[in-house]
Amino acid sequence: MFRYYLKLASRSLLATPAATSLMVATIALGIGIFMAAVTVYYLMANNPIPHKSDMLHAVQLDSWDPAQSYREGRPEQAPWELTYTDAMALRESDIPRRHAAMHKVSLVVQPTREDLKPFQTEARLTDGDFFALFDIPFVYGAAWGRDADDAGQLLVVISESRNDELFGGEDSTGKTLRINDREFTVVGVSEDWNPVPKYYDVNNGAFDEPEQIFIPSGVGRELELFSSGNTNCWKDEDINSFEEFLGAECVWWQYWVELPSAVDRDAYQAFIDAYVKEQKELGRFARPLNNRITAVEEWLEVRQVVRDDNKVLIGIAFLFLVVCLFNIVGLMLTKFLGKAPQIGIRRALGASRGAVFRQQLIEVGALGAAGGLAGLGFAWLSLKGIQQLFPGFEHLARLDLTLVGIAIASAVVTTIIAGLYPAWRVCRVPPGAYLRLQ
Amino acid sequence: MEFGPIWRASLRNKTGPVLMALQIALTLAVIVNAVFIIKQRIDNITRPTGMDVENIVTVQSFGFGDDFDLQESVPEDLAALESIPGVLAVTSSQHVPLSGSGWGTELAGSSEDGAPRVNGAQYFVNADAVNAFGVALESGRAFTPEDVEYPENFGVPLSRVIMTRAYLDALFPEGGAQAGATVYDNLGNPVTVIGVLDRMHGAWVGWDKLDNVMLVPRVMPVEFNYYIVRAEPGERDRVMPQVEETLLAINDRRVVKSLRTHSDIRDSSYEGDRGMAVVLAVVVGLMAMVTGVGIVGLASFAVRQRVKQIGTRRAVGARRRDIVRYFMVENWMITTIGVAVGSVLTIAVNYWMVVSFELERLDPLYVPVGILALWLLGLLGVAGPARRASAISPAIATRTV
Repeated sequence: MFRYYLKLASRSLLATPAATSLMVATIALGIGIFMAAVTVYYLMANNPIPHKSDMLHAVQLDSWDPAQSYREGRPEQAPWELTYTDAMALRESDIPRRHAAMHKVSLVVQPTREDLKPFQTEARLTDGDFFALFDIPFVYGAAWGRDADDAGQLLVVISESRNDELFGGEDSTGKTLRINDREFTVVGVSEDWNPVPKYYDVNNGAFDEPEQIFIPSGVGRELELFSSGNTNCWKDEDINSFEEFLGAECVWWQYWVELPSAVDRDAYQAFIDAYVKEQKELGRFARPLNNRITAVEEWLEVRQVVRDDNKVLIGIAFLFLVVCLFNIVGLMLTKFLGKAPQIGIRRALGASRGAVFRQQLIEVGALGAAGGLAGLGFAWLSLKGIQQLFPGFEHLARLDLTLVGIAIASAVVTTIIAGLYPAWRVCRVPPGAYLRLQ
Repeated sequence: MEFGPIWRASLRNKTGPVLMALQIALTLAVIVNAVFIIKQRIDNITRPTGMDVENIVTVQSFGFGDDFDLQESVPEDLAALESIPGVLAVTSSQHVPLSGSGWGTELAGSSEDGAPRVNGAQYFVNADAVNAFGVALESGRAFTPEDVEYPENFGVPLSRVIMTRAYLDALFPEGGAQAGATVYDNLGNPVTVIGVLDRMHGAWVGWDKLDNVMLVPRVMPVEFNYYIVRAEPGERDRVMPQVEETLLAINDRRVVKSLRTHSDIRDSSYEGDRGMAVVLAVVVGLMAMVTGVGIVGLASFAVRQRVKQIGTRRAVGARRRDIVRYFMVENWMITTIGVAVGSVLTIAVNYWMVVSFELERLDPLYVPVGILALWLLGLLGVAGPARRASAISPAIATRTV
């Protein structure tokens, strides 16, 4: 029976090509625009490290100005970064399985290859744990150890792409790379890594490319490197040297820890609270105790990685879809009632109301499926347009298999919902009414 | 006019009119809110920056190695860049305005404890900065080469600055502050404002204090800085490649990068606003189209259902334009109900956006304009079907009963 209804549906839809294509186009537009908005949202709100996002935590200590909160209008928030003093103190704890203090830094790399000019690049100054913490595998070599961090040894890990460029892709561990006029030794080559969003540092663009050169955290002290990310100071301090800057109430270090269990989290929270209380006695941390350890997904929400504009667009795209559906209801009503004589005859020949209703719904479902497929085309076009408008969005505007499935399924479901009323109306056609006219 | 009979006739078959009214209500809500957002974004993008953005080229010089000294290299670089034919003025600058990178600062209008502080963006620039940015001096004077300082560290207090009128007024809310005023840095050191600018935009285009800008004549002891090169009108693109060549020829212990036009930098910073405006404009257009098609469809449906009644009316004496008027009036009544519901919905959608996303409250004037637009759309949509209805022959009344 299903196949017979399908045949009837296709015959009926092909009989009125103009109305059918209008309906398919309307469904496709509504679904296409809506799916494009959802796609961008879905990729922005992506969990970049699902298997351990519950274990990775960003650490915040409220060392900010007693007179005002770090963020205007968000008094519950502590600064996003830590002071140098606090970052170094937290590194002494052995509660976390791994931890990494870090900031972004601008370096000049002077390649030994004659054909490459020196270039300036953004790098990450961090602890050796960084790679294991965020699950970045190595192609060659390994991360540096804790002693290299403490001593500020001139070691470097480069990404596979950088290794291709600088060393022709060979195992470069043990080789020398000149950075800021100093000789650094390559200890490892890490796999290319591009988490979306760039959750470990969302300060200067949550969807930027990650850094591809990594140096030990202590090197900053040796070479007097400032952060090339954000540095925020609140206290009126007379800062006249790098040494004084390191001791200042300026926040510029990001801090991540791996805490596998709830017990670890409680222990760590107690540790940082105790640390801050100790510092309060020394006259620092004048604000109420507000230390936070926040897991990845919540962190991305707190940092408002998904832009408000995208949420507004989802709302508007949804209303657009609803308007398209109202439209389709009208179109289907016209079409189905146009078939009333034919239905009347079927009813007179013995078809039950339920059978007629089912038949109409199958026709509606077929329309929805066609609309969903065409909608994918519109969604793809819209995403191409979005890529044109936002050059940095290439990886935020692509369709994946899940989204394709959602698009088609939602097209079929919404069209069937839209078709319920017209189908109900038409199956109530009195069997006799149209026989008399013949 | 026969409002009563038309109204009662539509009530006989409510589905079509209800669908149409709902569609119009939603369309009004979306279009009015979207157009309001578009207007705000366009205002944002097109507000005057105070600078001669179209004629400026910017470039970053990033020194490396222990023997590179920015403070030594800046005077030499400036002289070389100024001698490029077609260059009007050059300054060094710590960052580029409108770029999204910058250096925020806090000042107060009084040295008393607890005096309110006002945030702004500061640029460490050189003698010719006013000319190089192309900003207009409202009062006071521009910097001279004697004003430019080369401090050994970050903590050396400021002495003379130029600031925007907006920043000065924010520091002295009672108004009337002029060039010569004294402001105070965060350690309470007095700073003399030697010049006031009409207007100049700072670093972050999304910041509500974008107009608070201060120029400081100094070269900081760091490795990198930018040069702001203002070309004579029409010369920018010719000057651009020479800027990079000139800098590289002077000193190769540095990386010269980010050679960009200032208009390109501004456009990148407004990418979000522009993108949002374009996306919304496309949605508004599609929405108007879909609703228009819907009105045509439902009107045609209404006509088809009433072929015989129309024929009968014509047979008993109604003129063609009576039939056209009938459908026009009917459509107008439905649209009116739609826009009435839609106005409430519009306010609700705006309220949702204000509460959830801190968007601005809707200017009420947008609602009547939207209503007019939808009335027009409705009448345009119904015109075709109504004309076809009026072409129905009176004879149809006599054919089948």
